[in-house]
Amino acid sequence: MSRNLIIGTVLSLLVLLAALVSFVWTPFDHAAMNIPDKLQTPNGTHWLGTDHFGRDIFSMVMVGARTSIAVALVAVGIGMSIGIPLGLTAAARSGSWLDELIMRGNDLVFAFPSLVIAILITAIFGAGAVNAIIAIGIFNIPVFARITRGAALSLWQREFILAARVAGKGAARISTEHILPNVANLLIVQGTIQFSLGILAEAGLSYVGLGAQPPTPSWGRMLADAQTMVSFAPHLALIPGSAIIVTVLGLNLMGDGLRDWLDPKLRVGRT
Amino acid sequence: MGPFTAIVVQPAGTRATRTTSVYILDNRHFFLRALTFFCPHHWTYTNSAPNVATMIRYTLKRLLSLILSLAVASLVIFFVIEVAPGDPASFMLGLNAQPDTVAALRTELGLDQSKFARYASWVTGMLSGDFGTSYTYRTPVAGMITDRLWVSLPLALYALILSTLIAFPAGIYAAARRGKTGDMAVMGATQLGVAVPNFWFAMMLVLIFAINLRWFNAGGFAGWDKGIWAGLHSLTLPAISLALPQAAILARVMRSALLDILGEDFMRTARAKGLSRRQALWRHGLRNALIPVLTIIGLQFSFLLAGAIIIEQVFYLPGLGRLVFQAISARDLIVVESVVMLLVFAVITVNFLVDLAYALVDPRLRSRT
Repeated sequence: MSRNLIIGTVLSLLVLLAALVSFVWTPFDHAAMNIPDKLQTPNGTHWLGTDHFGRDIFSMVMVGARTSIAVALVAVGIGMSIGIPLGLTAAARSGSWLDELIMRGNDLVFAFPSLVIAILITAIFGAGAVNAIIAIGIFNIPVFARITRGAALSLWQREFILAARVAGKGAARISTEHILPNVANLLIVQGTIQFSLGILAEAGLSYVGLGAQPPTPSWGRMLADAQTMVSFAPHLALIPGSAIIVTVLGLNLMGDGLRDWLDPKLRVGRT
Repeated sequence: MGPFTAIVVQPAGTRATRTTSVYILDNRHFFLRALTFFCPHHWTYTNSAPNVATMIRYTLKRLLSLILSLAVASLVIFFVIEVAPGDPASFMLGLNAQPDTVAALRTELGLDQSKFARYASWVTGMLSGDFGTSYTYRTPVAGMITDRLWVSLPLALYALILSTLIAFPAGIYAAARRGKTGDMAVMGATQLGVAVPNFWFAMMLVLIFAINLRWFNAGGFAGWDKGIWAGLHSLTLPAISLALPQAAILARVMRSALLDILGEDFMRTARAKGLSRRQALWRHGLRNALIPVLTIIGLQFSFLLAGAIIIEQVFYLPGLGRLVFQAISARDLIVVESVVMLLVFAVITVNFLVDLAYALVDPRLRSRT
């Protein structure tokens, strides 16, 4: 286990813990306004201070973690559940018109500036967490399809696959029973990376007002609210920003660490 | 840009650079020779020089798929926006509009024609440079886009240059000091750079350099008519915040490309020839590593155009991004369609050119597609 993997896992688990704990306990009600206590800097009562409505920032960050994780997780789920079967099919039928169709479709989705389309979808079908999930999820599909196909293609040349074919297994069974377990490592690593990208994307969409809507707290919107007050209350921007950075950094480190750990070839190559 | 930036696609040609057979291009290919000046040595001396006929065939094939992609993209854009709820005409006239007024406006805007007729006229119009007339501003969309491009394009280019200026030295430095403290520091910094949302970084830049130090304005665009420096000055903070995540990615690509190259046979030959590690890196490693790096730069350009959308919001810059936002909220669908189509066109075309450049220097790629 590398240092990256340990640090990354610890950071990610911390954020996950904060999100889970927020279901049962937060220091204050994250939505409770308390104008007399507004714009406090971090202190004993309000650990991370309060915003312009006197809401407790620590509580908001905890609940915001929930939103970020939920959006990114479901988006990765969409990408995986559609992308992986597509990639497996393309690899199993490599060179056929089906493969060609899937890969060209992939290229097409890649060609759309992802953020533009995400903005388009959320703006046209209404801003909200669900549309943000769909918008981010769509762009995860080609990522997983491409990676699955690439890895599966080389596996199809291997002898144990030939053995399975000789044993009479069809393409579908080989794909699920032999190919999928062997590309799983790669997909998990990519999953963590897409997860971190999803968190950044969600923050971006919420920042421009197209993500989760009030009263659901989200880190991106906390930053948008903070923008006009950054000159006299910089902690309003610093805290949600740090939350995003810690989460993304943790996930990226974990992804890097996992890749090195799961891939013995790389481990040898590194030394 | 932040969100989707880090999708670093391994370019098709990156791993395929391991040819060392010797062949000297004959003089018929002088134009290729000029191009291959920037290419790896072993590509210049590869065993099959690009044959003009296959190259033309390949170009035509790719051109066909380019046109096909653009056609499908235009269909998708048009119909995604078509199914969007909300009729532009009734939206423009408000809730109290009379049905016959709405109907009249729909006729005027051409909304009463069939979807396919409108699609056809939209596409044929664009082909002749006519992007239609904005529903809300009543001015040609093409003109609106050109005005905004004068902000967005320089911003993207500015950011691209900045990110290259940061990433190249950082990547080279890290590769040269592989495993040492300097490498660790650069790699740590890039991890951080990838994790920072660019709009948050932009806010911090505003806080430090605009509000506290007062070196820059917190937002807005001075305009090019006030002189090129005034324009560049107001684009500096946005460009820096756009460039940061890109630079982090690029530095990582640069480092790993260089490290890949360092393990190559020709690098060993260069060392055996008596070059020091550093000399070999500069003379042979760098040029070879440039290929994957240039691909990433090509890909990044589109990310920069898109990423500029959020950054333009932070700095109140009158670019394409703000145009799209305003158009979406005003249901000015023709503007939305055209700007999105333009962005997609830019991305697909850049990818096409990158593919073509690859095929020119690596013959094996031509047979693959």
